[in-house]
Amino acid sequence: MIELKNISKSFPDKLVLDNISMCLEQGKTNLIIGQSGSGKTVLLKCIVGLEEVDKGEIIYDDVIFNHLDFKKKKDIRKKIGMLFQGGALFDSLTVEENVMFPLEMFTNQSVEENLHRANACLKRVNIINANKKFPSEISGGMKKRVAIARAIALQPRFLFCDEPNSGLDPKTSILIDQLIKEITEEYQITTIVNTHDMNSVMEIGDKVIYIFQGKKAWEGSSTDILQSDNKDLNDFIFASNLAKKIKSFYS
Amino acid sequence: MFKFLVQLGRYYIFLSKVFAKPENKKIYYRQIIFEIIELGVKSIGIVAIISTFMGAVITIQTAYNTENPLLPKYLIGLTARDSLLLEFSSTVVALILAGKIGSSIASNIGTMRVTEQIDALEIMGVNAASYLVLPKIIAVVFFNPFLTLLSIGVGLFGGWMAGILTGIITSQDYIYGIQYAFIPYYIGYSLIKIVCFGFIITTVAAFNGFYVKGGSLEVGQSSTKAVVYSSVLILFFNVVLTQLLLS
Repeated sequence: MIELKNISKSFPDKLVLDNISMCLEQGKTNLIIGQSGSGKTVLLKCIVGLEEVDKGEIIYDDVIFNHLDFKKKKDIRKKIGMLFQGGALFDSLTVEENVMFPLEMFTNQSVEENLHRANACLKRVNIINANKKFPSEISGGMKKRVAIARAIALQPRFLFCDEPNSGLDPKTSILIDQLIKEITEEYQITTIVNTHDMNSVMEIGDKVIYIFQGKKAWEGSSTDILQSDNKDLNDFIFASNLAKKIKSFYS
Repeated sequence: MFKFLVQLGRYYIFLSKVFAKPENKKIYYRQIIFEIIELGVKSIGIVAIISTFMGAVITIQTAYNTENPLLPKYLIGLTARDSLLLEFSSTVVALILAGKIGSSIASNIGTMRVTEQIDALEIMGVNAASYLVLPKIIAVVFFNPFLTLLSIGVGLFGGWMAGILTGIITSQDYIYGIQYAFIPYYIGYSLIKIVCFGFIITTVAAFNGFYVKGGSLEVGQSSTKAVVYSSVLILFFNVVLTQLLLS
């Protein structure tokens, strides 16, 4: 479980996160949603420690992460898997080597054991016959799946996904969403997904947190959204005519 | 001035991260071998070509400037040797390498930064600065002396070829000249310089690439900056090292 207490973050000319508190639950897919520029990527970066917060506490399983020194932070980071927007696969390594990388870096297993684990992870995300290919030789959807395989290679306790559906067609997006959901339940990990894809919100959002202008504006489940009377949330979620019709149908 | 001091401070902080204890020595060792091939072995061609022509030009220019019957012909060989040993095979080769491997390092690391590959390493708990840069420094510092020795040898050969083909000096005179009054310390001087220049090229280029922000345009700019800054620093430290080692 990850808990945020009164997180604030500002850049020289702007307050990006304003006193945000939330609890991200284990075994559930926690979605952070919001418009572009609302601060959700900065929030994600703060949670994983890529950005320092100005005030507040980030608590990983009762340990205050942002008060730790570099070495202790590294110990917690080894329990984190992250799926970046573009996949962030290492260009110079093959698909198989990308998945093996964290295993080789942080375990004392033999090459055969690492290879076995890497292949198991790749099979889990349905990557077949692409082990020897380089990231430049595979599609965007495959890159995301390889990145998920790499993120789960060390069996993390926390999985972060930054806009996992960006640049993907609707069908591939659904496959990625389902994969994230399945992995979360299978490994009982705390998953945090940063998205503005409404399909993801409805399909996999066990818990949804809406960020508006750097503040937490709403929190609930994906089914609660349909009954919500929060104007900012409704303007964001039900922006299209089709979505407005769905909303009026359910309410 | 304040900006310069800030950058200098960031550079020292960057170096302290680079020289932190490696997470996994086996992986670092593998990376060093990879970088020796990428940054060292793959530079042999350009160093050989440039050195051949440098040696040839030095020989022809020296012959042109010493067309006095009182001056012995073997001085052409001697001048070519000392020019290559003292300046060309270390400083000029370093400037060439700043363009070749400096831009490669800056653009490589810069691209990793803008495509979030460095963030991915850091989230895994890997010291990205050390993992990406330390093997490059070790590889360049280790392999650059071989490139300098190669440059000296090939440059002398280029001078000999030019001398023979143009008929400005006989083979015997040239070979006598490159052996005459030889000071072995000059080789040490040249190697010390190239090791220092190798350190400057890799760290300055890596620093520029590592902290790049933005997209492909900024990666290109960081690559240009890496070459310009490392070239200026090479020339500056060439003066400092020459004063320290030869005075």
